Amino acid sequence: MPAQPEGDPAPEDGALPAGAVARASERTLSLYVHVPFCAVRCGYCDFNTYTMEQLGDGVSRDDYHRDAAAEVRFARSVLDAAGAPPRALHSVFFGGGTPTLLPARELANMLGQARQSFGLAPDAEVTVEANPDSVTAETFDVLAEAGVTRVSFGMQSAVPHVLRVLERTHTPANVPRAVGWATERGLGTSVDLIYGTPGESVADWRTSLEAALEMDSDHVSAYSLIIEDGTKLAAQMRRGEVPRVDPDDQAEKYTLADAMLREAGFEWYEVSNWSRDAHGRSALENRSAHNLAYWRNQDWWGIGPGAHSHSDGVRWWNLKHPLPYTNKVRQGVSPAAGRETLDAQTRYVEDVMLGIRIRDGLETARLQPEGRKAVAGLIADGWLDGAAAVRGTAVLTDAGRLMADAVTRRLLDW
Amino acid sequence: MSPLAVNPPAPASTDPSVIRNFCIIAHIDHGKSTLADRMLQATGVVTPRQMKAQYLDRMDIERERGITIKSQAVRMPWNVDGTDYALNMIDTPGHVDFTYEVSRSLAACEATILLVDAAQGIEAQTLANLYLALENDLTIIPVLNKIDLPAAQPEKYAAELANLIGVEPEDVLKVSGKTGEGVEELLDRIVRDVPAPQGKKDAPSRAMIFDSVYDTYRGVVTYVRVVDGTLVPRERIQMMSTGATHELLEIGVISPEPIPSKGLSVGEVGYLITGVKDVRQSRVGDTVTNQQKPAEDSLGGYEDPKPMVFSGLFPVEGSDYPVLRDALEKLQLNDAALVYEPETSTALGFGFRCGFLGLLHLEITRDRLEREFNLDLISTAPSVSYNVTLEDHSEVEVTNPSEFPEGRILEIREPMVSATILVPSEFIGAVMELSQSKRGEMKGMDYLSEDRVELRYRLPLAEIVFDFFDQLKSKTRGYASLDWKADGEQAADLVKVDILLQGEQVDAFSAITHKDKAYSYGVLMTGKLQKLIPRQQYEVPIQAAIGSRIIARENIRAIRKDVLSKCYGGDISRKRKLLEKQKEGKKRMKMVGRVEVPQEAFVAALSSDEDNGKDKKK
Repeated sequence: MPAQPEGDPAPEDGALPAGAVARASERTLSLYVHVPFCAVRCGYCDFNTYTMEQLGDGVSRDDYHRDAAAEVRFARSVLDAAGAPPRALHSVFFGGGTPTLLPARELANMLGQARQSFGLAPDAEVTVEANPDSVTAETFDVLAEAGVTRVSFGMQSAVPHVLRVLERTHTPANVPRAVGWATERGLGTSVDLIYGTPGESVADWRTSLEAALEMDSDHVSAYSLIIEDGTKLAAQMRRGEVPRVDPDDQAEKYTLADAMLREAGFEWYEVSNWSRDAHGRSALENRSAHNLAYWRNQDWWGIGPGAHSHSDGVRWWNLKHPLPYTNKVRQGVSPAAGRETLDAQTRYVEDVMLGIRIRDGLETARLQPEGRKAVAGLIADGWLDGAAAVRGTAVLTDAGRLMADAVTRRLLDW
Repeated sequence: MSPLAVNPPAPASTDPSVIRNFCIIAHIDHGKSTLADRMLQATGVVTPRQMKAQYLDRMDIERERGITIKSQAVRMPWNVDGTDYALNMIDTPGHVDFTYEVSRSLAACEATILLVDAAQGIEAQTLANLYLALENDLTIIPVLNKIDLPAAQPEKYAAELANLIGVEPEDVLKVSGKTGEGVEELLDRIVRDVPAPQGKKDAPSRAMIFDSVYDTYRGVVTYVRVVDGTLVPRERIQMMSTGATHELLEIGVISPEPIPSKGLSVGEVGYLITGVKDVRQSRVGDTVTNQQKPAEDSLGGYEDPKPMVFSGLFPVEGSDYPVLRDALEKLQLNDAALVYEPETSTALGFGFRCGFLGLLHLEITRDRLEREFNLDLISTAPSVSYNVTLEDHSEVEVTNPSEFPEGRILEIREPMVSATILVPSEFIGAVMELSQSKRGEMKGMDYLSEDRVELRYRLPLAEIVFDFFDQLKSKTRGYASLDWKADGEQAADLVKVDILLQGEQVDAFSAITHKDKAYSYGVLMTGKLQKLIPRQQYEVPIQAAIGSRIIARENIRAIRKDVLSKCYGGDISRKRKLLEKQKEGKKRMKMVGRVEVPQEAFVAALSSDEDNGKDKKK
């Protein structure tokens, strides 16, 4: 699990400084609900999630939806107390962990609380991450009924030996079946893929991409495997039991994915995300509105253990373990473990770092002088789109997407 | 009868007839310091409680490396047949870099102990110093040390020594510095065999400086051997090479700590302090006389120290430059042979071009700078001094590849050395092959004994300073020993090889090499850098060039991926901190054009240690 950032202590009442809500009426508010449970722990995963055995006494999966609902109510009261105008939610995202380990009814209850406390915007996107093994057709009946609009499936790979290294337990054939159920009920679908797993050949990756494309989803996310400290895979790699990740191999696979997805009608809208016109919705509509809110640095409240929140330059994060988290929420106080208030320059750094990742790009007029000066060189190196820059936006080229961090550093003159 | 002196003779009033001045010639690890320790104990100068191993080696580095860099003189009383004698033991440096200092130490003595390891036999450097001793007409007392070792072959090496200096094998003393066996006999032998010093008591005073050492509290401590007359406290003395005069604040003998005396007279050895702060004002080989009543002629033999090997020293942290400057200034107070001047490198920043007597001198100086002044240094590849004649017949001296003239060159001359190599005869072939590959010219070969051979070569100094000794050792399984001395200069077909990163010359890696070696240098350096420099945002060609002609090339491939693929709400703070860390990391990089080169890459590329897979330094 990644360590939480170092920050300042968060106040017990969760009170936000006035500056964090001063411009709230111009900013969208989203809700992230973390579901910190998994049936088993995957070897590569460093997310804040717990199996039953790891959870320990005093916390129960059964109560979680009620505790999360309590934090939703708490969120509304904190925003009100700070003087923020009421905002209907722009998007809601249930992530994990494995949200579908909870009965669909409980997910619906949490969404109901969100609707009750904040209201949902008319076109609000509501996404649930799903494990293809822990859903049935009825799951989607309940979710669609409750107002969920989109399901994101953790597929990772279609190749058994790759899934074994990742310690994913799902049966590959369950994925298309689940995608089909969701699509039939009018839900948007996304499949998540991971490339660059030790032992995965380019042909393996091609197989996974082909399998994903056959599913007729309207959205694909593809991530290179990141070996996070503290995971089982990191330990295996340190001991030489699995080969190291090769960035050149990952670059090749990224390029292959982009080409195959494009061929299938997908277009990129963020470094690791593609959408297409499908099922009566445009590619634009099939983008993840919730994730775009992150990259555009909008406001969001993260519910649940370890969840991060952001309100116009104030970031905070909750206690990681479900037990102390639950205790705080039940006492009606803030479950936050720490927070940071960003200064203007740090916010600029984050705006550049996040904005450059999306196809909408960064307005060059918002760049500081050294950033504007760097643009020409980045065009010459083939990493920024020259035509877009002339029109006033810094947008990554295909090659530039693989170098987004280098581009960020050069725009910041770091 | 106790050999300990009953009534030790007092300095300044000691009759020359009871003075015995001697030194010890030995190879680095043949046990000179241990034997010296035993003599200090046997004569009662040091009590067992005071005994530190290798008492005379003052500096840590000396103790660690087992090398005596600075010589000292200890006065020891000893009684033979009822007469009390004053024995002055003058410690000599054992390394070839310090040949001149050795020669001055020898000039201060009437005799030398030729100390040889009974398990190893004589080594080339010892032989070289033995020649020097014979040229100084010293009496030689042959001694085999370490006879307690199981591998000792005293009979064999006694025969070798006897054969070498023309004595009977029975005349070779056998001692053990470790157990003390034979040490008292050796002291008796010194009294019996070493001639008493000769000198004119009433003549104007003349004393030869054989060492000078900077002491933080006392200033420069100068070690002298009085030849004529007497030096007394408070008189004004004069240095005959420069004419500089000083007041003699203190004079005395070392036994084993400094003991002030009423003076030093004919034949005596001791120290003097004048309050000067810089050893260059009290130079080894110079003659000290009285200012009022000066001697007409100096004792002769004085030479200015001449640096042979040059290297640029640069602080790893640019901000340490002033610390390095002050450190070199301090070291120079104690090291008249160290010369330096500021140098600017585009790759390495501000530093100093330093001249050294040899490679060991370079290494010791570097060690001391790092250790005593807490500096992290990069040193450029050692270079020698070339004389270049240009087309217009003007002459340029080049000690730094960056000074190599651009225009047309008529001739380049490089310094040569004559080298003596001693090896077991089975390695003759290997040594000849190596010497030839290092452009050596064979001058002769002699059998010292049945299975030991002395090979003589004339070689370019530049070849010696690079890795000759390491290779010699490895090709002879460590058995070879090497000695060399400067031997004029010789024209050679030399070129300057430049290393270019993305077309930008990196001055720190330029080298002057023989034309035939240019290609292998180019391949070696481009290959090393290719491994050491991390991949950049673009492809970086690394080239080796002579002028505009490319002789070797490697490529550093461009990074293809520099992006964290996942960046959602909870990742943002983490990712920003990662970028901040990368920004900090960049500060440790030196920019060569657009190429970011980690500091460590310079260090690694410039160390020759990597080639032979071992670390020369401790």
